Amino acid sequence: MHMSILTSASRKINKPLGKLGVHTILLCYMIIALWPIFLVISNAFKSRKAIFRDPMALPDVDSFSIVGFEKVLARSNFDLYFLNSFTVMTVSLAITLVAGAMAAWALSEYKFRGNTLLGLYLAIGIMVPIRLGSVSILKLIVDLDLTNTLTALILVYVAQSLPLTIFILNEFMSQIPKDLKEAARCDGVSEYRIFFQIILPLTRPAIATVGIFTMVPVWNDLWFPLILAPGESTRTVTLGVQQFVGQYVTDWNAVLASLTLAIIPIMIVYLIFSRQLIRGITSGAVK
Amino acid sequence: MEKGVSARRFPIHIAVFLAPAVLIYSLFMIYPLIDTFRFSLFSPNEAGNLNFVAFDNYVKLLTDPDWSSSFWNALYNNFILFLVHMLVQNPIGLLLAALLSLPVLKGRQIYRTAIFMPTMMSVVIIGFIWQLILNPLWGVAETLMWHVGLDAFFYPWLGDEATALITLSLISVWQWVGIPMMLIYAALLGIPEDLTEAAEIDGASHMQIFWKIKLPLILPTLGVVSVLTFVANFNAFDLIYAVKGALAGPNFSTDIMGTLFYRVFFGFQLQIGDASMGATVATTMFLIILVGILFYLFVIQRRMQRYTF
Repeated sequence: MHMSILTSASRKINKPLGKLGVHTILLCYMIIALWPIFLVISNAFKSRKAIFRDPMALPDVDSFSIVGFEKVLARSNFDLYFLNSFTVMTVSLAITLVAGAMAAWALSEYKFRGNTLLGLYLAIGIMVPIRLGSVSILKLIVDLDLTNTLTALILVYVAQSLPLTIFILNEFMSQIPKDLKEAARCDGVSEYRIFFQIILPLTRPAIATVGIFTMVPVWNDLWFPLILAPGESTRTVTLGVQQFVGQYVTDWNAVLASLTLAIIPIMIVYLIFSRQLIRGITSGAVK
Repeated sequence: MEKGVSARRFPIHIAVFLAPAVLIYSLFMIYPLIDTFRFSLFSPNEAGNLNFVAFDNYVKLLTDPDWSSSFWNALYNNFILFLVHMLVQNPIGLLLAALLSLPVLKGRQIYRTAIFMPTMMSVVIIGFIWQLILNPLWGVAETLMWHVGLDAFFYPWLGDEATALITLSLISVWQWVGIPMMLIYAALLGIPEDLTEAAEIDGASHMQIFWKIKLPLILPTLGVVSVLTFVANFNAFDLIYAVKGALAGPNFSTDIMGTLFYRVFFGFQLQIGDASMGATVATTMFLIILVGILFYLFVIQRRMQRYTF
């Protein structure tokens, strides 16, 4: 990819649009994409008067206020919501990665009867949304006595994330050099040790790709927290914001602050991993 | 590894490796999908016991006056939502991807990262952000339009039956345009250099190269983008629920299959939830999505393979 950019470096951008035209379009769209988010964040740091007087202005010495954040923290358990979301996300990711890597390894490494069929079976979930099984999932969770627990969310999110994870890791496993595992086999190392001591550590570079593709939807999900764990003690950030905004809809400071609190963490994570994410997409890991 | 060996005894370590994923996936994904379908074939009687009624629930959903008007309304609205995405989101995604993949583009990474940002955010957050911006009380949208002399056209779009659905669709487009952009961008990067080089030597412009060479080559990706759009739209729920609530107002004008499913399953206002009918709506959604996927696999993808090589 880098080579091709280098070799084409001498070319000119097409005449009809021109360099300026291309940048104008991209810049305009960039502003359209970022401005609404920016507007909310900047107004979250302003007093109520300033929010209405001049929404476009940046907070300055006069208008700066964090009263919204104080209200959010006082009236809701935002710290708990964060902890819940974080717990659900990390535990789901850990289980998804280990179980997914094991299955991907079995599918890519061993030839056995029904290999292709099992691969297809596991791929159904890439296209079919798990949400359509909600009626039975709720029944199942009630029967298992897991309503209003984070465990319920974790189980569902692992099931939801596994198909894509196995698909991505399958590609990844097939690129692991043969010599590595053959050498271990010659030494008489067991298949389990080969996987857990050699293969699993090797999948580390894929963690970021898998993590972003499977865990961003988990963090952002409203549906399952809403139906499986709506209680105050298990509320996730997305559900917490949804309920908070619904309750304090007229308190603009509080609403803007709660939105900002929900935006900032995902923004930071995205900025850290955006290179990896884009590489993941462009290398064809997800198609 | 020999066929004869594996046929005799299934190696235990393979089973161990497969077990956790297959168990969790089967129990919490495949079984619920099948069980939902089974459940849709039953209906509670007056005593609350479930009776097998075969496809009566489906007949009820499609023809009973109490149900069918909301069903067809939701399905129609869902198609509008899908159409707006196909006609606005995907062409914009294609344009942005085409521009981003131009050789020698400074700031490519900044553009890419920024434009993809909204896609990373929760639909709920995005819904609230736009609700605030379009709120006449705050007047942000109106002020913006005033700056370009269009303030006379400002209108509380989200509150009007005639415009609410289109407005919500466009908010969704704004958020998700990053997906087609990235997928098409990746496909454009994957086109071998020598294909375009030859045309360039012959004096073709970038515009010509794009329409005549690149576009036909990325048709399979456009097919994937279309089917992903279809599945995502017919499974949508969060945005409408966040902005308009379960009632999908005004007067159900923004009701789609996802919100209908939620209302039927959990009940709303005076009507209590109905799990059997909820399962029926969910299975109907499943069938709609399945038809979309099969249409893609057997009609679109097959035609396209002819173009690729």
